[in-house]
Amino acid sequence: MIGTGEAWATIVLTGIGTFTIRASFLLVAHRLTTIPPLVRRSLRMIPAAALSGLVLPALIRPDGVLDIWQPRALVGALAAYLGWRTGNVILTLVAGMGALIGLEQLTG
Amino acid sequence: MVESVGFSVLVFAGASQLAAIEILDNGGVVAVAVLSALMINLRFLMYSASLAPHMAEARVGSRLLVAYLLTDQAYALSLGRFTGREPIAEPSIRLRYYLGVALTFWLTWQTATVVGAIGGGSIPDSIPLEFAIPLAFLALLVPAVTDRPTVAAALVGGIGTVVALELGAGDLSLVLGASAGIIAGTVVGSRYGSSTLDELGPPGDGGR
Repeated sequence: MIGTGEAWATIVLTGIGTFTIRASFLLVAHRLTTIPPLVRRSLRMIPAAALSGLVLPALIRPDGVLDIWQPRALVGALAAYLGWRTGNVILTLVAGMGALIGLEQLTG
Repeated sequence: MVESVGFSVLVFAGASQLAAIEILDNGGVVAVAVLSALMINLRFLMYSASLAPHMAEARVGSRLLVAYLLTDQAYALSLGRFTGREPIAEPSIRLRYYLGVALTFWLTWQTATVVGAIGGGSIPDSIPLEFAIPLAFLALLVPAVTDRPTVAAALVGGIGTVVALELGAGDLSLVLGASAGIIAGTVVGSRYGSSTLDELGPPGDGGR
């Protein structure tokens, strides 16, 4: 169980930090001239790197142990293929959830 | 309940909220929970830089509201209309378009948080609801991988996080893996150059 003090400290600090990140460039937008190429290049890498670090462990390490031969890894590959081919987020989500529920029924 | 709503209103970024809760739930410390959440939210830095030129005419107060409401979906939809085939030319309409999209997401998110806090416990455990989160982020990850540098960033970011977890880096694994991915993508981008460097701003706008 999480202590209330710990929970609120996390909430407030994450809130302040997240707002600062979101406001960063927007706040100086009126006097923003050019962003140096190296900074632009690194900024562009953030979504791919961070989202992948979030997604991959959930697919191939669902129970805290590396395991590629289980439903979630298979469903992840299927969903990635669907998302890539169709670009349809809703379809990717619904098909992915459906496939996982189906596979878990089959494998018990 | 109060914590859930407070978290959703003050932070308003789902994946980071869940990651922080998971770390605290497993007995992790506040600093690591906050650091991991901010790592996940670091991508808003790129969205902020990308939207900034389109919001340069807006007042400071409006821009702060734009910042607070910034999400993956609001960013993706708005930038599509600010740059795409028929870009919105009028700054005030750009702002209104963005706020319309972003406020819709905000209301949906807050409503769903309350519904979840009240009724989430009655969903049977046999439904793997928690898997919707990696799936949703997978759907965002796929379009973010467009060329060699972003492939490198995604591969190193993902595999790096898994390796860090295997080596026992625990809660810090995402921060380590994602940082390695950003560096790898930047290095690959510097080596091969990049045809899509202008993705951060409107094409031909001199990098603004």
